[in-house]
Amino acid sequence: MYCLWCHEEIITEVHWGNLIHLYRPKRLCMNCESQLIKIQGDLCSICSRVSSVKKCADCLKWEDYEESPIKFNASLYTYNSFMQEVVAKWKYRGDYQLAKIFQYEFEKEYSKKFSFLTKKKPVVVPIPLSKQRMTERGFNQAEVLADFIPLQKDHVLERLHGEKQAKKTRYERISTENPFILRKSINKTVILVDDIYTTGTTLRHAARLFKGNGCPNVYTYTLIRG
Amino acid sequence: MSKQKVALESLVSRQFAGKLLLRNEIQLEDKQFEQFLADGVLRPSPSIVKQLISAICQRCGNRKKYLFGRLPCKQCNQNHLYCRKCIEMGRVMECEPLYYWNGKEVVWPIIDQPCTWEGELTALQQRASDRIVSAITNKEKELLVWAVCGAGKTEMLFPGIAEALRSGMRVCLATPRADVVQELLPRIRNAFKNVNIQGLYGGSEEKTGNAQLIISTTHQLLRFKAAFHFLIIDEVDAFPFHNDPSLPYAAKRSLHSTQSTTIYLTATPRRNQQLRLWMKQLPHVFVPSRFHGHPLPVPILKTCTSLKKDIQYNRVPYSLLNWMRKRISPHRQLLIFVPTIELVEQLYKNSLVQLPQQKLLTSKDRIMCVHASDPERKEKVQLFRDKKIDILITTTILERGVTFPSVDVAIIDASHRVFDEAALVQIAGRAGRSPDDPKGEVVFFHNGKTNSMVHAIDAIKSMNKRGGFI
Ligand SMILES: [Zn+2]
Ligand SMILES: [Zn+2]
Ligand SMILES: [Zn+2]
Ligand SMILES: [Zn+2]
Repeated sequence: MYCLWCHEEIITEVHWGNLIHLYRPKRLCMNCESQLIKIQGDLCSICSRVSSVKKCADCLKWEDYEESPIKFNASLYTYNSFMQEVVAKWKYRGDYQLAKIFQYEFEKEYSKKFSFLTKKKPVVVPIPLSKQRMTERGFNQAEVLADFIPLQKDHVLERLHGEKQAKKTRYERISTENPFILRKSINKTVILVDDIYTTGTTLRHAARLFKGNGCPNVYTYTLIRG
Repeated sequence: MSKQKVALESLVSRQFAGKLLLRNEIQLEDKQFEQFLADGVLRPSPSIVKQLISAICQRCGNRKKYLFGRLPCKQCNQNHLYCRKCIEMGRVMECEPLYYWNGKEVVWPIIDQPCTWEGELTALQQRASDRIVSAITNKEKELLVWAVCGAGKTEMLFPGIAEALRSGMRVCLATPRADVVQELLPRIRNAFKNVNIQGLYGGSEEKTGNAQLIISTTHQLLRFKAAFHFLIIDEVDAFPFHNDPSLPYAAKRSLHSTQSTTIYLTATPRRNQQLRLWMKQLPHVFVPSRFHGHPLPVPILKTCTSLKKDIQYNRVPYSLLNWMRKRISPHRQLLIFVPTIELVEQLYKNSLVQLPQQKLLTSKDRIMCVHASDPERKEKVQLFRDKKIDILITTTILERGVTFPSVDVAIIDASHRVFDEAALVQIAGRAGRSPDDPKGEVVFFHNGKTNSMVHAIDAIKSMNKRGGFI
């Protein structure tokens, strides 16, 4: 086994304690793994940013405009310099295999945070890329992450890449403000999946569409909290 | 073929001759691109060749299974191999070929008087330089030039480069680091004022690489095939050329033909069995002394038993302070090397407080620190070069290639494994570079003598001996 990130050989000592884990292949060496930092401590109850108060200043500001279309966001890792390098290589260079680094923990954290929804049979919707981006990269990182979750996926969102087009009609204005269109409404609970939650603008846009079209609750789940 | 087509082809031939490119690296409209393919002037070649159990990336030579990945290709609806090894240069995929020029061979101009440099070589430099010229004229395959730090190897190359350009050859000088390309470029442009010269490195403004004389990082050689008649590889002992089999692979492929000449430059052949063997087989020329005729400064070892504690309690190491107070020429700038980025930042913070107190620093803005991922790295090095700062704390990124005229050098925790023999020799070689101040103190602060330290000092002494100093 070789570390997916630094390509050093991974030597695992076999003893009774870790025998069971051997079925799960190690993707990173100890050194690289230690640089993936999970989000911990007191978090904002809505956006999962580290915060000593229940609702962070950002989320309070949003509330002046609208009731949050997102019930809550859960994220797995912090966006430290190591993560930034990994994501740059994965997304922008297109090193598809690197996703495997996150597979196990992403699924595990999903069960931890969202298993209370199981009875409601939620639908997982990955945030799409525009067609142009998709051809450039060859894969959508959000889709790859969504596939790690053992649930029904529905690709009902589409991303328009017309941000720079002339704004003529009211309809176009609204649709250019919101980069997504919804191809089919869903009246079940939706979990939106993306690689990163930074300001929340993108995910809020998507969530608003679902809420406006008969969806009872929208949650978001991202690999990273920026 | 129509006249127009011929004209276009000769214009384009310069652009693509000697290259091996992915489609998205070829700046042509689809229609034009298809036409060139139909005419056979651009040819596709497989990017990843699959063998029975293994695969080989045709751009970087990678054959390690774990350095290939698979990706569900949307175009072909298949799981495809891609190379993870050279992915920083753009992704090579099984179903996307690499393209090379198959049209008219480019005739590079014969430049009568290419070299505009007016300096003079020392006798030792001249000897090495003559040897390089004869390697080119005799179409020798390889020559190793072993020149100590500060021998003035760049100037030594000028007559060879001039000879090649006079013969209508295409020339590349490849060096491991982008910083060094940036430092060399103005010097070479100044020495060859009438020659079209381009600098290529990751993120360089110039990307076309269609000049007759190219200064590039060794990595950029991955985009060349059958290009250079004369190739100079700087710092062959340095990471990444030393560790990375894809770079020798690419260097070899970038040669125009078997008639091409490759020159390897090094200041510190490693104590490496392989390299030593290789050196024995290789014709080589040795330049044992600096261009200013003074010996290499020999490092002094200073044990520093409190090192770990000093670091732990946020103190500037006591023995460093002690030495700084007694420096022979306190007006010299000071380069301090430390093993890790964390230590760079810590020592910098502590120095900000302690050095002014001890009157070892006139003001807080006269000290700075730098490391590989520092976005202001270039600016800080320039400030040091302009003598706007007195002390620069750095990781090994400044170990080679950069020249400051008058510095003292200290290594903190010289026993750390990042300081191998070659690194120590290189770092020591930063001192005493100027003929106006040919000496310079070099001190290794350590808490336990390592073999690397002993070997480095032996190597420096033996070079001085060969240079006739004792
Ligand atoms: Zn690793
Ligand atoms: Zn919040
Ligand atoms: Zn490759
Ligand atoms: Zn394909």
